[in-house]
Amino acid sequence: MTAHATPACETCPAFNASQLKKMGVNTDDADYVIALAGNPNTGKSTVFNTLTGLRQHVGNWPGKTVTRAEGGFNFNNKTYKLVDLPGTYSLLSTSVDEEVARDFILFGQPSVTVAVVDATRIERNLNLVIQILEITDHVVVALNLLDEAKRHGIEVDERHLARTLGVPVIPMVARKGQGVPELLQAIENVVNGEYQLRPYRIRQNDPKLEQVLNKMTAIIEQQYPDLPNARWVALRLLDGDASIEEAIRENRLGVLTQANRSLSIDYIYPVEAIS
Amino acid sequence: MNDTVDILKTAKQLRSELGDDYRAKLMEAIYSNATQITDTSVTYDSKKTKMTFDRVLDQALTHPIGGFLMMGLMFFAVFWITITGANIPSALLGEFLLGTVYNLLHNFATLISLPVWLSGFLIDGVYLATAWVIAVMLPPMAIFFPLFTLLEDFGYLPRVAFNLDRLFARAGAHGKQSLSMMMGYGCNAAGVISTRIIDSPRERLVAIITNNFSICNGRWPTLILMGTIFIGATAPPALASFFAAMSVVTIAVLGIVMTLLVSWGLSKTWLQGETSVFSLELPPYRPPQIMRTIYTSIIDRTLIVLWRAIWMAAPAGAVIWLISNIMIGDLSIAGHLVNFFNPLGLLLGLNGVIIVAYIVAIPANEIVIPTILMLTLTLGNNIAGAQPGVMLELDQSQVYTVLTQVGGWTMLTAVNLMLFSLLHNPCSTTILTIWNETKNKKWTFVATVLPIVLGVIITFSTSMIAHFFALV
Repeated sequence: MTAHATPACETCPAFNASQLKKMGVNTDDADYVIALAGNPNTGKSTVFNTLTGLRQHVGNWPGKTVTRAEGGFNFNNKTYKLVDLPGTYSLLSTSVDEEVARDFILFGQPSVTVAVVDATRIERNLNLVIQILEITDHVVVALNLLDEAKRHGIEVDERHLARTLGVPVIPMVARKGQGVPELLQAIENVVNGEYQLRPYRIRQNDPKLEQVLNKMTAIIEQQYPDLPNARWVALRLLDGDASIEEAIRENRLGVLTQANRSLSIDYIYPVEAIS
Repeated sequence: MNDTVDILKTAKQLRSELGDDYRAKLMEAIYSNATQITDTSVTYDSKKTKMTFDRVLDQALTHPIGGFLMMGLMFFAVFWITITGANIPSALLGEFLLGTVYNLLHNFATLISLPVWLSGFLIDGVYLATAWVIAVMLPPMAIFFPLFTLLEDFGYLPRVAFNLDRLFARAGAHGKQSLSMMMGYGCNAAGVISTRIIDSPRERLVAIITNNFSICNGRWPTLILMGTIFIGATAPPALASFFAAMSVVTIAVLGIVMTLLVSWGLSKTWLQGETSVFSLELPPYRPPQIMRTIYTSIIDRTLIVLWRAIWMAAPAGAVIWLISNIMIGDLSIAGHLVNFFNPLGLLLGLNGVIIVAYIVAIPANEIVIPTILMLTLTLGNNIAGAQPGVMLELDQSQVYTVLTQVGGWTMLTAVNLMLFSLLHNPCSTTILTIWNETKNKKWTFVATVLPIVLGVIITFSTSMIAHFFALV
């Protein structure tokens, strides 16, 4: 099985699908870890299957993946471990599925988090994307289901979206394999630092809140100078997020600053068996 | 260490400065940011968004009354196609695996002069149990799963959840329970895991405890067989599959009713509390990718479930062969067990064989029917010439003959077996999953025992009613 691409693409430099080797569940010693996040039912599992060659069950309903599934692929001689996270609408609340997704993006420290976005429901999807961008800078937005968006008369200016969000935005129809080579290329660019990331930050409407948030962020940055997401940790502490408080007490946030991926990646939740 | 305490202290202090509406303000900021980005990068063609095919379909499928009718019709169609379609391949497979291959194996065993007890144990125990499960389960599953997956792929299941949501809310349960219930129709263990989407622990427990009322793969074959040979048989031949499918749908609907009733009961007694509000997204309809769906549902669902069944059936076959062949006094262990449970079984409109079969089948419900047949034959007068512990090759009319003539089954036995199949303890995998998800002995116990208590009450009642009106 290879990714489908139209013949016209073959002359294009971005066409690199032939460099994609699906590795199934074999993810030992991957060079990079990629997380797949997004709202429920946006096609995360479809993207996962296309890249890994696995057959994680795909269903047209929200809430199908509640644990995380893992698979691997090889692109341009680098191996990637891909983790399919449960679909969530936000990273703020407390259900188990949201915690799995949030903890993995925060503590698992994936090299890149691919945010899969449903092009027919961009606004609601962006709520999650901007929350992800608060936690990690290394994001690629996969703008999926573009064919459906067209059918519903929705036109997306993806270049403008990419400029605003400050991360790559890749138009896709994952079911048909469209956009897969471009997505792979974007992931590689972010991993190599070839893409200039200028991640969007949530603008607070309330000056008082902004002020308090800055103060809190400064305190955290002082304590953990290398923490990549001090502002987000501040946001959560001000909300009284018990699991973040616990992470501070157990000094797990300190671990994050050392970029010690192998240590933190597997301890949170068991991996769903894929057969 | 002091620094971390400082951080938490400062956070607490700043939090009190901000006041209670912090969370609301944060959400508001996120939403308004998202709206702003969307407004500048998305344009809508108002003509196309007005009245699409999707919306018309949604109005029909989620109509307060019509939606339920469509739902019934849709599921009836799925079962009807499954029942009529599975008959012929089931018979062919049975003939091949239980006839041709079985005989070959025995000839081979004689050829290499295997001891009789060993060939009995391996071929009549392990092999036959496994072959039975394949012959009975493979064809219906190979039809049922692709059909169900097509509905899922198309986007119908969330509409079902939407229709049921109001009922769940009234029962004091979480609307998302309708989704975990849907998962349970494939496998209860998967259904229990899928309750993770429910964030309130109270409502999640309700969903876990009631998931067993979704009939899983292992139980469909029992229902389909009983429906076909007992209930379908009472109707004129032309309508037989119709009645058979109706009876299966009735049990499935009864399962939904039980789910709602028990959820309601639990949230009024042990698990009192508020009902959470949630929003359920109705995903767009997508044209199902038919070939791919059929391929993946056969590979992923059918074969995996079958594989699990085989793994369970093989040791169970061994156990059945052993308990039918090890004698204590002048009776086998199976005989003693059946005699012991017979009074209880008869009281419930069942019999001792069925009760023993359900005990043997705790690891996997798939082997209930084969076990019942085998025990009935070896313990009754042996008209089909079964050796003790041998699961037999029988077609459907022979199954009927064996059960009625040797087992003394009546319509009541068949109906109560269908009811008991809905209302009994979860399989061991599910019990283990419930324990893993709750880590609570009490709730694991409740989830295990509650269905069986209900099963005993209901089968006892139907049996009393049937006897009172002299129906049997």
